[in-house]
Amino acid sequence: MGSLLSRLGLECGGKAVKEEERHLRANDRELNLSYKYSDNAIKTSKYNIFTFLPLNLFEQFQRLANAYFLFLLCLQSIPEVSSLPWYTTVVPLVLVLSMTMAKDGSDDMNRHRCDKQVNNRQVEVLVEGELQSEKWMDVQVGDIVKLENNQFVTADLLLLSSSEPLNLVYIETAELDGETNLKVKQALTVTGKLEDSVEKLANFNGEVHCEPPNNRLDKFTGTLTLKGETYSLDNERILLRGCTLRNTQWCFGLVVFGGPDTKLMQNCGRTTFKRTSIDRLMNVLVLSIFGFLMIMCLFLAIGNGIWEYQEGSKFAAFLPKGVNAPFSAFLTFWSYVIILNTVVPISLYVSVEIIRLGNSFYINWDRKMYYPKNDTPAEARTTTLNEELGQIKYIFSDKTGTLTQNVMTFNKCSINGKAYGELLDFSGQRVEINEKTEKVDFSWNNLADPKFCFHDNSLVEVVRDGNPEVQAFFRLLALCHTVMPEEKKEGELYYQAQSPDEGALVTAARNFGFVFRSRTPESITVVEMGELVTYELLAVLDFNNVRKRMSVIVRSPEGKLTLYCKGADTIIFERLNPSCSNLTEVTTLHLNEFAGEGLRTLALAYKDIDPEYMEDWKLRHHVANTAMDEREEKLDALYEEIEKGLLLLGSTAVEDKLQDGVPQTIEQLSKADIKIWVLTGDKQETAENIGYSCNMLREEMNEVFIVSANTAEEVRKELQTARRKMTPDGTEEPTVKKSRSGLFCLQKTETVADEPVNGEYAMVINGHSLAFALEKDMEIELLRTACMCQTVICCRVTPLQKAQVVELVKKYKQAVTLAIGDGANDVSMIKAAHIGVGISGQEGMQAVLSSDYSFAQFRYLQRLLLVHGRWSYLRMCKFLRYFFYKNFTFTFVHFWYGFFCGFSAQTVFDEWFITLFNLVYTALPVLSLSLFDQDVNDWWSFQYPQLYTPGQLNQYFSKRAFVYTVLHSGYSSLVLFFIPWAAMYDTVRDDGKEIVDYQSFALLAQTCLLIAVSIQLGLDTHYWTAMNQFFLWGSLSVYFAVIFTMYSNGMFLTLTSSFPFIGTARNSLNQPNVWLTMLLTTVLCVLPVVAYRFLRILLWPTINDKVRYKVRQDKVLPATPRRVQARRTSTRRSGYAFSHAQGYGDLVTSGKFLRRTPKSRPALFSQTDSPLAQTQPQFYRTISEREEPPLSP
Amino acid sequence: MASNYNAKEEDGHQPAAIGHGGAGTVKNKKPDNTAFKQQRLPAWQPILTAGTVLPAFFVIGLIFIPIGIGLFVTSNNIKELEVTLTNYSVWLAIFHPCYNCSQSYSWNSTKPCTCSVPFSLDQPFESNVFMYYGLSNFYQNHRRYVKSRDDSQLNGDKASLKSPSKECEPYRTSDEKPIAPCGAIANSLFNDTLELYYIDPNGSRTAIPLVKKGIAWWTDKHVKFRNPGGNDNLTVVFQGTSKPVNWRKSVYELDPSDPDNNGFINEDFIVWMRTAALPTFRKLYRIIHKKPNMTPTLPLGRYILEVTYNYPVRSFEGRKRMILSTISWMGGKNPFLGIAYITVGSVCFFLGIVLLIIHHKYGNRNHSADIRS
Repeated sequence: MGSLLSRLGLECGGKAVKEEERHLRANDRELNLSYKYSDNAIKTSKYNIFTFLPLNLFEQFQRLANAYFLFLLCLQSIPEVSSLPWYTTVVPLVLVLSMTMAKDGSDDMNRHRCDKQVNNRQVEVLVEGELQSEKWMDVQVGDIVKLENNQFVTADLLLLSSSEPLNLVYIETAELDGETNLKVKQALTVTGKLEDSVEKLANFNGEVHCEPPNNRLDKFTGTLTLKGETYSLDNERILLRGCTLRNTQWCFGLVVFGGPDTKLMQNCGRTTFKRTSIDRLMNVLVLSIFGFLMIMCLFLAIGNGIWEYQEGSKFAAFLPKGVNAPFSAFLTFWSYVIILNTVVPISLYVSVEIIRLGNSFYINWDRKMYYPKNDTPAEARTTTLNEELGQIKYIFSDKTGTLTQNVMTFNKCSINGKAYGELLDFSGQRVEINEKTEKVDFSWNNLADPKFCFHDNSLVEVVRDGNPEVQAFFRLLALCHTVMPEEKKEGELYYQAQSPDEGALVTAARNFGFVFRSRTPESITVVEMGELVTYELLAVLDFNNVRKRMSVIVRSPEGKLTLYCKGADTIIFERLNPSCSNLTEVTTLHLNEFAGEGLRTLALAYKDIDPEYMEDWKLRHHVANTAMDEREEKLDALYEEIEKGLLLLGSTAVEDKLQDGVPQTIEQLSKADIKIWVLTGDKQETAENIGYSCNMLREEMNEVFIVSANTAEEVRKELQTARRKMTPDGTEEPTVKKSRSGLFCLQKTETVADEPVNGEYAMVINGHSLAFALEKDMEIELLRTACMCQTVICCRVTPLQKAQVVELVKKYKQAVTLAIGDGANDVSMIKAAHIGVGISGQEGMQAVLSSDYSFAQFRYLQRLLLVHGRWSYLRMCKFLRYFFYKNFTFTFVHFWYGFFCGFSAQTVFDEWFITLFNLVYTALPVLSLSLFDQDVNDWWSFQYPQLYTPGQLNQYFSKRAFVYTVLHSGYSSLVLFFIPWAAMYDTVRDDGKEIVDYQSFALLAQTCLLIAVSIQLGLDTHYWTAMNQFFLWGSLSVYFAVIFTMYSNGMFLTLTSSFPFIGTARNSLNQPNVWLTMLLTTVLCVLPVVAYRFLRILLWPTINDKVRYKVRQDKVLPATPRRVQARRTSTRRSGYAFSHAQGYGDLVTSGKFLRRTPKSRPALFSQTDSPLAQTQPQFYRTISEREEPPLSP
Repeated sequence: MASNYNAKEEDGHQPAAIGHGGAGTVKNKKPDNTAFKQQRLPAWQPILTAGTVLPAFFVIGLIFIPIGIGLFVTSNNIKELEVTLTNYSVWLAIFHPCYNCSQSYSWNSTKPCTCSVPFSLDQPFESNVFMYYGLSNFYQNHRRYVKSRDDSQLNGDKASLKSPSKECEPYRTSDEKPIAPCGAIANSLFNDTLELYYIDPNGSRTAIPLVKKGIAWWTDKHVKFRNPGGNDNLTVVFQGTSKPVNWRKSVYELDPSDPDNNGFINEDFIVWMRTAALPTFRKLYRIIHKKPNMTPTLPLGRYILEVTYNYPVRSFEGRKRMILSTISWMGGKNPFLGIAYITVGSVCFFLGIVLLIIHHKYGNRNHSADIRS
């Protein structure tokens, strides 16, 4: 492992010093420099001015195709072998090399610029007892640097001291792992004492021993030795390069790793280069074409040997340089290698790249994938995978931020048996709520959050009328939570909520007139209908996963003690006062209705407490809270005791807002026969809930299997049971098809066959079971069961497991997978899948950075796949089929001519034609075919998602299709050679002169070929834009213009030896029989194709043919009916809608955050002038702090 | 019917500045709404329907058959006569008048061998008659042969005259003098002399005038081939060069009588230098012009072809012919095109009928069958 890491370091950093342990002393540059640790300059660029040309050329010639052409060039320089002049290879090769070189060069320029910018950033460094501003690249290991708020961390630092109490610093790690929430780091107390005293810092001479540079972001081990004492260092003390300092005025750090040694740079290991399945197929084909080429050349060489032996020897008087037959055959072999190289022309690779690039641009340019709200267009970050987008079979999706917006909105509630939040029209019919629906006017409340939307006016009326239950309801919401308020300006409140649910609830209370204004450890201040009320906070009975509820006990100004509790309905209902049973029934009905709409529900209850009892309880609480052992259990018992006999207030329904169009997108994708698996870190209830609301799980499904077992055996059993239920008569053993694939068939693949299922099933599996199921011996079981289901939801999945699931499907299904996610936890699966898609503009950039495509909204996925992917695949396949057809035809004509020229490797066509055929005459038409072609437009692609399935089945381009193409070009080449041959045999011009001379024949054959392949292109083109027409006709006219120019007197007289075809065009093309021959060859090439295609459409129409026919039939697009989501009620409803982390009631009451220290700013989040106010943390973490005992209320 | 998320606001109907705090002037990243970028270029989308394919087949059939018939008739009207000079078929060759010549003759022979081949015309040849010599199994298209020439030299370039291109090896120099014209093609110039005599019914021989000019392409004669230093005294110009090894006389002695047909611009030479595409070829040798009066150019009757046999073909099993042919608008006699057109036209027509039947039987499949959704 260590060696692997250091090798990685070598790749990344460029320096190869194998380090066992890092040792450094603060403020001792001499000592530190003696270790020759790398300084803080980074270099991501590959070349400099001098190394660019040789290095780049070296890299380019490592590619097989380029090397092959170089080899051809060498062959051509041997006069005995050279059957084509040098320019036929040099012109394309130079073109390709220079294009790639330009691209590499500009990329590297950008990297240089970035490096320069980063390296020249300024930071304050402590040099010889003084703080000096230095460039980043001059910072050395062992230096002490000072960072200020919102600065980037310069290098990997050991945190020494900070402005914040307890030597805390807050950092944002978005660049590192993509999470925007703040993380807390804490310095050692002993270094924290240095504070910001330059003198003390300058005298600090601690020695650090630590691990060598590595790429593990979450781990650090080392020791600090100071004045003979040794302190252990862990990740908590380290600030990593790439982070940003937030909410901390300043901090000091000791540079431990610099530049290339930093964990950020160590992590920059190149992401694995993804290739598409077409790519792999193409490699196999190209190799087999090489084999085929060799066979052809061998055949012709043997032919030449025989010819030389039988005829050539007798013909020797006429032929120069007669050689013996075997040697001649040997030379001929290489000559034919040169001539027939057009089967794998270099322009194939260039064209493929251009097509992919073009299709990537279409993605970037697509307005329908542009998200105006945060100005994000879709982006194809990888330009080499487009056609694979048309072949996706499995989609793995993250939930939070991908399917959902991670925005909670308070939508509905039920208070005292009455439901609010619905809009009814006069007849009592439910009105659908959309953006245009009139919103409730909250202007009466000047503290209201303007972004809050609510549509039911009756609730406002009730609350303003002073209905006590409703007021109690909102009071509860305003009091019972752990939200932190932040008031930057008078009246401008911001809530920092641990979970978005809580934030939504408190915001709702705020808008309905119960504004949570501020809190101290002992009190909560609320503006109740415009009146400032301060409640004394006596206890916070915090949330945890077992309790599934939280309560607060407060004393109102009047001295009334009340416990407010909110929690999962089942839990709350157990603890209600029996008098509430009627209300409970009604509320349950409402809850069912809410759950049916996919809302997350909470039940709210309260209870008045007897002051005497409270006194007693508080004492016991204090005892329990300070107990040394079993503190948790004791507290739980106490909480249980007091949360009893509650009075139900009602329930809230919070919508975990799906992104727009998610259910529709999922429906579309499943119609396209794409299976969607949701892999989420969320808990089961939430995931299920989202599954229902996005239509992945449906009530009408035969069964939804839930796998949540605790042992491997149980998991296996549950999986097997599920499978047997789905296919009662299915086989026990999976059908595994073993095959070999890849280059030289080196890869062994095992494919688990799809099994037929009756009905629709779904599976939900939790992370714990998944861990067992992903074991070697059970993975096939999991795969079989999961693949039978329409929908698979994995919850509580770790990032690693996400990748494992993807790998599993990749390994056994040989299907193309796509992973979509937005957060750092999705990176692993994004990298593992064939295609990774990042949702941009939400939470950090990590997912986007490692993705291949990114856009802002999940719903764009359907456009990416069903439109862009499908088209890209279609175009690429068409291109490949056509390209191989064109070049095989071209080459085979030479093969046939071999029989008539003594296998002497004489070309049929003019050498200039050979040079320009792929580059000029046919390049643009085929490019325009593969950039503009569409079978049907995007609208129809959406109408018939089934159009997507041919891609999944590899129907457009496969080995089979390739063989057909070869046969087709075999036929065409026969026509293209033998028709001119027969038509010209022993004939003459209409003035009796020569026409069967080599040059005229070459002209005739090449013109026939060009016309035939152009017409074939026309047949393949389904979408004739002006560009297609222009390029096709343009290329043909260019051809004629070029031959007339090249065969003109002027060209001949200037460059006599290069243009010997003088006059050929003039003398041939005025002959009627030449034109008649061209017409005949063209018709003969095209007719069978037309007849075959017509028959196929007639008898076995594919889905494409049908849709295209339909498009032809109804020219006018009918309007899309807007789908109204059916309403349903459900008994299944979400659990408690808190995040699954332990709450931080402790912190709220401990006052740790709220303590004012003379040195620091008054409160943590009150930095009013921060430009980053909008991106202030939404979450913060519990800080384990053992030095100070928590204050108990 | 599939449902479709219809996000109107993202379809270019939204004003440019959204959520930028009034920063309407700031250019946002919204892609341009051009037909090209949005892939909405107007396009013609043809599909193969019975309405287009079937008529196309019939039309092609109807066009091709008459063309084919026309071509066939034209080709058949062309009169052509072939006289074998050397037949490789051993059994018949013995009885051939030129058998001895062909057997004994080689490049090194110094004494010309002559033979006369009698033949007769069954029908008169009207209009101009073209006289060709034909060679079979002669690989003028062999790569090493085709390459072996120097176009610059032939174009009158004096530098190339003195030092011909390397491509001409081994026919580049002889006796340390540059060969003009160099190369294998020139070296193997066809040098038989053919003379044609009409034998009157009374037995007397009338020489038929053979025109040797106007047999090469105009571009070849006037552009591609030029004598070095114009047409003045070729003997001087070619001094210091050597004749090709197989030649009996130098290039400037090819036609001493006519300075416009001598040296590199000798038409026999030019015709030979235009290498044939196939191993069996014919090359124009002479033209027999139509007589001004109404008599046929070559009346029917007996003829004698006098051959000065210089060109050995026996070694490579070649066949040497003399061809007399008239021509038409479509060139020489070649029945292939006519037959091919008739065949293709008929096949097309037939295919059209077959497809029509199939279409009537199964054609409604595509119409009625709705798409699985």
